[in-house]
Amino acid sequence: MTVAARRDVFQAIADPTRRNIIGLIAKKPMNLNSIAGEFDISRPAISQHIKILTECGLVIIRQEGRERYCEVQLEPLGAVADWLEPLRELWEHRFGKLDHLLGNMHASYKNKKKKK
Amino acid sequence: MITKNQMQIKAEPGRQELFVVREFDAPREKVYRAFTDPKLVVQWLGPKNMTMTIDYYDCTTGGKYRYIHTDPNGNAYGFNGVVHEATEPERVIQTFEFEGMPERGHVVLDSAVFDDLPDGRSKVTIHSVYGSVADRDGMIQSGMEHGMREGFDRLDDLLDNQ
Repeated sequence: MTVAARRDVFQAIADPTRRNIIGLIAKKPMNLNSIAGEFDISRPAISQHIKILTECGLVIIRQEGRERYCEVQLEPLGAVADWLEPLRELWEHRFGKLDHLLGNMHASYKNKKKKK
Repeated sequence: MITKNQMQIKAEPGRQELFVVREFDAPREKVYRAFTDPKLVVQWLGPKNMTMTIDYYDCTTGGKYRYIHTDPNGNAYGFNGVVHEATEPERVIQTFEFEGMPERGHVVLDSAVFDDLPDGRSKVTIHSVYGSVADRDGMIQSGMEHGMREGFDRLDDLLDNQ
């Protein structure tokens, strides 16, 4: 039995070359040759990265005449922000209570001083 | 409520660490006390809708701690660790282990650094290093099991999608 490779937005952006490819074609769709021309690594390697990006849903390939253009789909990146949301909520809840507590510590400190 | 104390969470994909950074309207001596005095810790560290109980809590160099979060259904989640270093009022380095893991050994190394800022304010930087990327990602996911976020199914699917 083979284990399927992980194919989601986190896998897509885990690699620095893939992040650079996304940054590059986010400005305007480009064909594979033009993308490969921007990097110092081989065309097959770039092709493999693009394949992963399409499998992760971050890039779609559009045929225009004889050219195939790579275009970024940014919606899946929202999942990256969503992913941290539970942790953010946990700490916001904690720090909200801590703010309150620190405020009370001020108050009790002042009260002690007044009593003296 | 608008607060100027914005929180930053940094967790890059594929890494074993995460950072939580937050500013407070109090000098670091006071924030350090709130982080290390069990009578104060119990007032803020518990997640929403959970009761926090301290078994023991000695936040001094070489000390140890254990506490329990209990949800409204009576499910108890225990956590424990040892304190590597507690230097008032600047730094606490401790281990952290969730007792609900299937086996032992998933230990986190937590460092909290307290820095003073102008106008009686301060900043806390918590740096957590996990044993593996899976441990870190699993911990972030576990927040959802505790019901802290609605509509988590989508995210669950996403993270399980391997």
